[in-house]
Amino acid sequence: MSFVAKLDQIFVLLQHWIAGFFPLWLQPLVMIVLGVIAIVAAFPGIFALTTVLERKGLGRIQNRLGPNRVGPLGILQPVADGIKSLTKEDIVPLSADAIVHFLAPLVLVVAVFLGFAVLPIGRNMVLVNLDAGLLFFFAIGASTELSIFMAGWSSRNKYSLLGAMRAVAQMISYEVPLLLSSVVVVMITGSLSTVKIVEAQSGFTGFLPHWYVFTPWGFAGFALFVVAALAETNRSPFDLPEGESELVAGYFTEYSGFKFALFFLGEYLGMFSIAGFAITLFLGGWGAPFSFLEFVPSWAWFFLKLLGAIAFFIWLRGTMPRLRQDQLMNFAWKFMLPMALLNLVVAGAWRFLGEGPLGGWVRWIICSLVLLTAYVLLGRVLMRNQNLGPRSYRYAD
Amino acid sequence: MTPLAEFLVVAALVFAIGLAIALTRRNAILVLIGIELMLNAANLNLIAFWRFGPHPEALTGMMFALFSIAVAAAEAAVGLGLVIAYHRHTKTTDLDAMTRMRG
Amino acid sequence: MIFGFSILFLLTAVVTVAGALAAALLKNLVHCALSLTVTFAGLALLYLELGAQFIGFAQILVYIGAVAILVVFAILLTRGAGVPEYRGYSSSWFFGLVIAAATFALLAWAVVKSLPASLVSATPAVSVQSIGTALMSSYVLPLEIVAVLLTVALIGAVIVAMPEGKASSEKGGPQ
Repeated sequence: MSFVAKLDQIFVLLQHWIAGFFPLWLQPLVMIVLGVIAIVAAFPGIFALTTVLERKGLGRIQNRLGPNRVGPLGILQPVADGIKSLTKEDIVPLSADAIVHFLAPLVLVVAVFLGFAVLPIGRNMVLVNLDAGLLFFFAIGASTELSIFMAGWSSRNKYSLLGAMRAVAQMISYEVPLLLSSVVVVMITGSLSTVKIVEAQSGFTGFLPHWYVFTPWGFAGFALFVVAALAETNRSPFDLPEGESELVAGYFTEYSGFKFALFFLGEYLGMFSIAGFAITLFLGGWGAPFSFLEFVPSWAWFFLKLLGAIAFFIWLRGTMPRLRQDQLMNFAWKFMLPMALLNLVVAGAWRFLGEGPLGGWVRWIICSLVLLTAYVLLGRVLMRNQNLGPRSYRYAD
Repeated sequence: MTPLAEFLVVAALVFAIGLAIALTRRNAILVLIGIELMLNAANLNLIAFWRFGPHPEALTGMMFALFSIAVAAAEAAVGLGLVIAYHRHTKTTDLDAMTRMRG
Repeated sequence: MIFGFSILFLLTAVVTVAGALAAALLKNLVHCALSLTVTFAGLALLYLELGAQFIGFAQILVYIGAVAILVVFAILLTRGAGVPEYRGYSSSWFFGLVIAAATFALLAWAVVKSLPASLVSATPAVSVQSIGTALMSSYVLPLEIVAVLLTVALIGAVIVAMPEGKASSEKGGPQ
């Protein structure tokens, strides 16, 4: 194998080399255990990096420095945060339901780690190549809602319960556009397996890649998926259930110490796995953006794209105002659901126009026009009752 | 016992427990939980017979189970809506008190 | 192999039946709903052991992700989370128990007595594509009917559970 190919497959070769030390009947188990160790080591490491990135990034957006005391430029802040959350007293309210209170963060973290099993991190680097991988991921994502409800209910606290109900209502509402916008990709690829979806996007015409985001339906699907993903993981601007200025801390008000750290970890890891999924479905997974950049290893491209997605989420958090609960739900059911259904129709039209006489650039124009018209019309119709005048400023005299 | 018999006995056990819940508990929502358990036990039976029966490539058992899951979800939604509506009227979910048709 | 069962099957079956028993015996309604979720998860594992991948994941998605949450919301909206003001068991609980035990005895006897000695075959290789083709060719009529059924159930559940104040104020409006 050439050096570039070896670098690309270095983790797979390492895995096979270590498994070679074990007897033959134990080898499949050892290979899977090594893959699990890699995931459990890599993604919490990215989580630690993200906490620093987020606090420094938000600080710079808000015209202040982030944490800068621990380590050079504050890089060792996660170490300090980890020590703090491990040594803080674990307070459980007297009237709380002890078993459910204890199990809620565990269920969240287990469900979120399970979601990483079908993510293709590089060429040949997926933990389990399931035939129904997409369905598995969404099924596991639906189980995290239950843990949020468990956390909110077991605290026997009005604010926690209210925050939990709002969070669950939000997550259920946004699951429908999330699933519909990913069904478009399944339609065009013809398979639910994440590995096949990435492989279908790995060709190049000229030097431009075949990513799905560069098609009209793919771009609309990507936008819908990212917005629904933000709402699923309770990130700003959809973080009303856990907003610090709204409901104390929402459904994890009564959690302290290590359990709070587990919730934090679970939330961020959920963000990574769904961002990884958006990359797999629309942005070409581990594929290079230009054909002359293919010498960079596939796993490096995946992590670079993941970093870009994380930076985008942090940017959104620092920039956009929070949506109110009824605005959230209206947006999901009245705007995103019709757009997702229309996207399905447009993708079907794309597929069948491509085989007829209207192929080539004509189908680009037709599909883009349909989507743009629908977007503008739907937006106008939904906003017709809000008489928004020009913005007026009042200054203190 | 053959593997098929093991799965069928487990399904029969879950069905019997669901039946017991539906017949002995007083809260309307628990009765709906019992009904869901019974439907799930029937699904397990369907899949077990699909796996160990003749012609598994015809996918009949899987299709049946898939539609059963969809119908059970719809029925749970409507049933729980009814319980919520009744509670709004009479402020109780006690089945032993739901003995008359006039509200 | 313990008692002739495989360990995996024994564990999963014990978890499933324990969840169902807990749903029958616990006093707190939300605990019952959560143990129902454990039963659903155990059943999904049993489907995966039987080689029905698609049904197993659909079970998790629909039952744990939707039906369990629906049940829990209904419990909260009918304020069943506190101590119930009536005893948990109905006045005729003994006969219900007898009927359930008789049903189980009959089913188990029928299963154990009437099956031939060996029916083991290789796990059928089912691809999601074959399920999709079957749904669109031989089972397209049930698919469309289930779609209509789900739409009707959705609209019906919303109308049934809607607060009546809005409807009566609309009726009293144009008078």
